[in-house]
Amino acid sequence: MSILEARELRRSFATTTGVLRRRIEPVEAVRGVSFHIERGEVFGLLGPNGAGKTTTIKMLITLLLPTSGSATILGHDVVADPRAVRRRIGYVFGGDRGLYERLSALDNLRYFAELYAVPAREQRARIGELLELVGLSGRERERVEGFSRGMRQRLHIARGLLHDPDLLFLDEPSIGIDPVGARELRQTIAGLREQGKTILLTTHYMFEADELCDRIAVIRQGELVATGTPAELKARVSAGSVLEVEVFDALGDRLAIVEALPGVRSSTMTTGETSQTLVVSVDAGADVTGATLDALHGIRVGRVVTRQPTLEDAYVELVGS
Amino acid sequence: MSGVHRAARVLVTLWWLQLKIVAVSAFDGVLGVIYPLFFATTAFLMFGQSGNPQALVYAGLGAAVMGTWSAMATSASGALQSQRWQGTLELLVCAPTRLALAVLPVTAALATVALYSLVATLLWGRFVFGIDVAIASPVAFVVALAVTLASLATFGFLLSVTVVRYRTGWALGNLLEYPGWLLCGFLVPLDLFPTWVQWLAQALPPTWGMAAIRSAAAGQAPWGEIAVCAGLGLGYAVLATVLSERLVDSARRHATLALT
Repeated sequence: MSILEARELRRSFATTTGVLRRRIEPVEAVRGVSFHIERGEVFGLLGPNGAGKTTTIKMLITLLLPTSGSATILGHDVVADPRAVRRRIGYVFGGDRGLYERLSALDNLRYFAELYAVPAREQRARIGELLELVGLSGRERERVEGFSRGMRQRLHIARGLLHDPDLLFLDEPSIGIDPVGARELRQTIAGLREQGKTILLTTHYMFEADELCDRIAVIRQGELVATGTPAELKARVSAGSVLEVEVFDALGDRLAIVEALPGVRSSTMTTGETSQTLVVSVDAGADVTGATLDALHGIRVGRVVTRQPTLEDAYVELVGS
Repeated sequence: MSGVHRAARVLVTLWWLQLKIVAVSAFDGVLGVIYPLFFATTAFLMFGQSGNPQALVYAGLGAAVMGTWSAMATSASGALQSQRWQGTLELLVCAPTRLALAVLPVTAALATVALYSLVATLLWGRFVFGIDVAIASPVAFVVALAVTLASLATFGFLLSVTVVRYRTGWALGNLLEYPGWLLCGFLVPLDLFPTWVQWLAQALPPTWGMAAIRSAAAGQAPWGEIAVCAGLGLGYAVLATVLSERLVDSARRHATLALT
């Protein structure tokens, strides 16, 4: 039995516009999402902002009722039996919120240990283990308001693991964390994977998903557009190559010209601090470097690189198409 | 661990931790010190004009409970709104413990802080305005105070659970603050109001609590009023518990648990 099964999940919201003449319009945030997660698996749910990742997670963790469709976690229906589901899952989200700022890390964990019915005689040992796991031992008596975002995030993870859940939901846990903090967080998540924890992870960072996830689903505008292992997703664009051209001027209509070149599958722009990069997905066997540079004639060009596709290329192609 | 034992443990632990949250804020502390004394001073100056010592005693007791009402009515409904802002409301709902057990300690902690308001107002009246409130039945007086505070906590509990469903539900507490001063008979005898207002007032636990406190101070038997106050408080607790489950379901349907 899969640890999680989602079948045709849908969720719409009512949005209101106007003051005197109010108009209520439905917005479909999730449109028939189906997937399953096996025990011990780290499953990634990737998608751009507003794609429906968090809405999907909130339906699965019983904070939102689906408009239609169903989902079960360890056989418990998320609508009919929410309390049984809540006992088996942990939920961690990214950002500064979700902790009692005026309490110490220890008191925060005691608070949620009570809410998650961790037996009193086990609480002290369990909290100690988790503080050790997330690297906050020695800081547990400090108030959370003085914690860095990385420390808060690790405390969040400790909170989510208090009751030893069968399935842990990590909703963009590394958002806004500096590179060192994000690396430590990835190490913590990798450690959980080695312990056999089942995890549903959402993230915007492709290298993170590539490093941590066994399988990935890509969601776009409320619909799953691809599911597979990172290797399978990369294989979708790996029968070819990627050309990157650093440019220092606006491209205008040149992007369309590049996209129309024979052998070009798609092209996108990524923006850096001082330049932009034109990323061109190229068919196998095609060489479009010369033609692309011709199309960019008159535009200041920097580094030109041809490389193998990454998960990010696959993701951009999936959500951009 | 039995269900009752576990529920008691959750209530006590969370009450204590919530008390810590309220107690560590110097800003909240200053407001808590000044607010009830300001209201009490206004009442004492107004009633002092009558030149009747009994009127001042009436105002002294009324102002004391009035401060606790204000502290509960506005703070209780604001407490869960704060939890929504800090992202912990979703975590309370997401936990396997019933929401009622997670919310009641929040309002109980606020009621504990409100006890300060009550004591400070009595002392302020005694030492600054020379109002000597003689307590004829001290034991009954303490019991009446305790039951009044407990019933205020359950009334605040009812107010706060509405915030789970309605993002602007916190305004209900602000709306009730000043009408409550009149309806509960803190400073103005209920006899002065129309009958329908008096009926409305009878449904509020502090009305009975206030009457019990006055009776105990005057040496009359307050036990009937205490019993009604406790009964109403319990009724509000049961109503809030049932309502909290319904409102959580409604919030899940209408997506109002989070800010967005």
